[in-house]
Amino acid sequence: MRSLRRLFGQARTRSPFRDPAPTRWAYRYQRWMLTPAFRRFVHVGVPILCVAAIAASWFSQDANRARFTGAVDEIKVSFQHRPEFMVDRMEITGANISVAAAVQALVTHDFPVSSWDMDLPRLQDRVTELAAVEHAVVRIRGGGVLEIAVDERAPVAIWRHTDGLRLIDANGEMIAIINARADRADLPLIVGEGAMAQMNEAMALFATARPVADRVRGLARIGARRWDLVLDRGQRIMLPEADAAGALQRVMALHQGQDLMERDIVAVDMRNPARPTVRMGAMAVMGLYPAGDIE
Amino acid sequence: MHDLYQNQRAMRQMRRMAIQRGVVALLDIGTSKAACLILRFDGSEGLLDSDDIGSMAGQSSFRVIGAATTRARGVRFGEVDAMQETELAIRTVVQAAQKMAQVRVDHVIACFSGARPRSYGLDGSIQVDGAVVDDQHVGAVLAACDMPDYGVDREVLHAQPVNFALDTRSGLSDPRGHIGHKLSSDLHLLTVDSSIIQNLLFCLKRCDLEVAGLASSAYVSGISSLVEDEQELGAACIDLGGGTTGISVFMRKHMIYADAVRMGGDHITSDISMGLQIPQATAERIKTFYGGTHATGMDDREMIEIGGETGDWHHDRRTVSRAELIGIMRPRVEEILEEVRLRLDAAGFEHLPSQQIVLTGGGSQIPGLDALATKILGQQVRIGRPLRVQGLPQSATGPGFSAAVGLALFAAHPQDEWWDFDIPLEGDAQRSFKRAVRWFKENW
Repeated sequence: MRSLRRLFGQARTRSPFRDPAPTRWAYRYQRWMLTPAFRRFVHVGVPILCVAAIAASWFSQDANRARFTGAVDEIKVSFQHRPEFMVDRMEITGANISVAAAVQALVTHDFPVSSWDMDLPRLQDRVTELAAVEHAVVRIRGGGVLEIAVDERAPVAIWRHTDGLRLIDANGEMIAIINARADRADLPLIVGEGAMAQMNEAMALFATARPVADRVRGLARIGARRWDLVLDRGQRIMLPEADAAGALQRVMALHQGQDLMERDIVAVDMRNPARPTVRMGAMAVMGLYPAGDIE
Repeated sequence: MHDLYQNQRAMRQMRRMAIQRGVVALLDIGTSKAACLILRFDGSEGLLDSDDIGSMAGQSSFRVIGAATTRARGVRFGEVDAMQETELAIRTVVQAAQKMAQVRVDHVIACFSGARPRSYGLDGSIQVDGAVVDDQHVGAVLAACDMPDYGVDREVLHAQPVNFALDTRSGLSDPRGHIGHKLSSDLHLLTVDSSIIQNLLFCLKRCDLEVAGLASSAYVSGISSLVEDEQELGAACIDLGGGTTGISVFMRKHMIYADAVRMGGDHITSDISMGLQIPQATAERIKTFYGGTHATGMDDREMIEIGGETGDWHHDRRTVSRAELIGIMRPRVEEILEEVRLRLDAAGFEHLPSQQIVLTGGGSQIPGLDALATKILGQQVRIGRPLRVQGLPQSATGPGFSAAVGLALFAAHPQDEWWDFDIPLEGDAQRSFKRAVRWFKENW
C-alpha cells in the first residue's frame, strides 16, 4: 500500500516524523563520496576540467585569441618600459677616442631603450671582436647606464710591412695602423716575414738588448727563421735560430766589457754560436792593416 | 548441499578479502533495532593465524571505527518481513556508521536471530590406517558425517567440528599431526529456513553490500557475553531480543546447541499495550522506564501516567500503578523463561559440568530479571554484558549490543567450519598415484 500511495503522490503530505532513512540515491552518493579516488576526482578533477573547458571554448574564437595576445603584449610592453628598466645613455670606459668611436658605432640602439630589448651578450661579442679590444664587459648599471668596459690591447711593438706601420700586442695581434714611426717612438720596431708569430722571443731580445737600448732600431726577421738586431749606424747583430737570447747576451757582455758596439763594426755574426764573427767597418780595416796590405 | 558448501566457501573467501582490505561492516538485524559496527583491522596476520584465544581474545587486532543503530523496521521474529522497510533500515544504519567511520565499506557480515534455528549433533569416522592426520583427513572425516534429513527448505548456517577423537583418545581440539587408525569427529550443525536467508541476502544486495558471512545471533552473542571459563566448562547464553530469545549452549569453547524461542521483548510491550489500552510506543516507553518483575508495596503507590491522545479528558489522564505494570510483564517474562527452560532440558543442559546461565540482549535489562530467572532456570544465573572491544562507543556497550560485538569477535577470530576444509577428491587414480609416491618416498 505504501508504494501505491507513493505512486499516486499522496505521500507528499508531510508526516510529523521525518524518516531518517536515506533514499537509494543519497545512500549511493554517500558511498561514492567515501571512495577516495572518486572524491579526489570530484574535488580536484571536475573543477579543473570545468575551467579547462571554459577556457578552451573561449579560446576557440579567433577574436578572443587576438584580444588575449594583444592584452598580453600590452602588459609586457608596459612592464618592460617601466623607468627602472630603461637605459638612457652609454658609458664607455677604458678605451681611447678611436676605439670608443668604433664601439659606439656598434651600439645601434636609439636611447632611451628598454633593457629587455637589448641583447647584451651579442653586443659584448661584437665589441670583443674589434681588433683593438682584448676583452670587454657590457652591462647595465643602476641608473639606466649601459656600461661598456673595454680592455684595450696594449701595443708592445710596431710592425712594418709593405703597406705601412701597424701596432701589435704581445700576442702578435695587430691592433691599429699608424701613419708614422714617430707617432709611437717609444715602441720598438719589428720587420720581416713571420715576425709576429715570435713576439715573445722578440720581446725577450729587446729586453736583453737593454744596454744598447738607445741605439736599437729594430728587429728584423730573416727568412722567417732567425732574427737580426739592427742598431743605428747600420750595425747588425745577426742571431742564430736557436737560443737567440743567449747569443745576444754574449754580445752584450762583450759590449759591456769592451764597448764592442761603439767601435767601427758593421756586423756581429752570431749565426754560428761556436764561431762568433765580427765584420769591421772600412775605416777600421784601414787602421788595422796599412794601405795595400789587404789585397 | 554441495551448492551450499560452495556458497559458504565463497563467503569465507569474501571475508578473507575484507580482512585483507582492512574494513568490514557488521550488521545485527534485530527485531527492535538494527545495529552496524565498522571494524578496521590493522596488521593482524599473526594474530589471526594463532589457534588459541589469546589474552585479548583476538580483539587487539581490530578497532571499531564506526557504530550506528536505528529502530528496526520490517523485521518480525528476527526475520525479514517487509523487504523495502528492512532495506531502508539497513541503509540508514550503514550510512550512519560510514559517516562516523568516514570510510566506505563493501563487505558486511550479518547476523539475525530468527529463521527457526535447529541444532544437530553429527558424528562421522574414517580409517586413516596409521598415517599422520592432515587437512585432507579432517576434511574427509567431516564429509563422512552422516547428514540428517533437515528438509529441503532449510540451509546450513553453521557446521562446526566440536570434537575429534583418534582411536580411544577423545577431546582432541586439533587432530592434525597425530598418528592413529580411526579418526572420528563430532560436528555441530545449525540449520535455518533458507527463504529467510534468501530474503536477507536480497536486502543486503539491494544495499550494494557484499556478504562476507552470516551468523546466528544466538551464537555470536554467546561469544561476546560468555567469559572464557564459562565457554570452557559449559554455559548457556540467553539472548533476550525484541522478537526472539536466542539460546546457545557452549562447552569446551564450542557451541554445541542453539535454538530460539519466538518470544521476546516486543511481546511484553504488546501485552502492556493490550492490557493498558495504550499505543505500542507508549507501552515501550513505560516498559523501559518503569518495568520490572518483582512488585513491592512501594510499587502500589507509584502511579504512572499513561496518557492518551483521544481528547477525552478522563481517558487521557489515566494512571496505572507500577504494580499493575509488573503484573502484566511478569507472566510473559516467566513464559519466555519457561520456554527457554524447556529447550535447555531438551538439549540436555543439566548434564554439563557447569550450568552457568548468562542473560543478555536488550530484554535482560528488566530490573529483577536475574531473580526471576534464578527461580526458573537454576541457581547459576548472571546478567551478561558484551566484552569490551577497542573503540566501541559507550552507547553501544549495553547488553543489547552483545550480538553486534560478538560479530566483531566472530569476524576477527573465526571458528573453523566444515567448509574451511577441502572435500577430499574421491578418485582411485589420485589415490593410487599418491600411494606410488609414498612408496617411492619410503623405499628410496
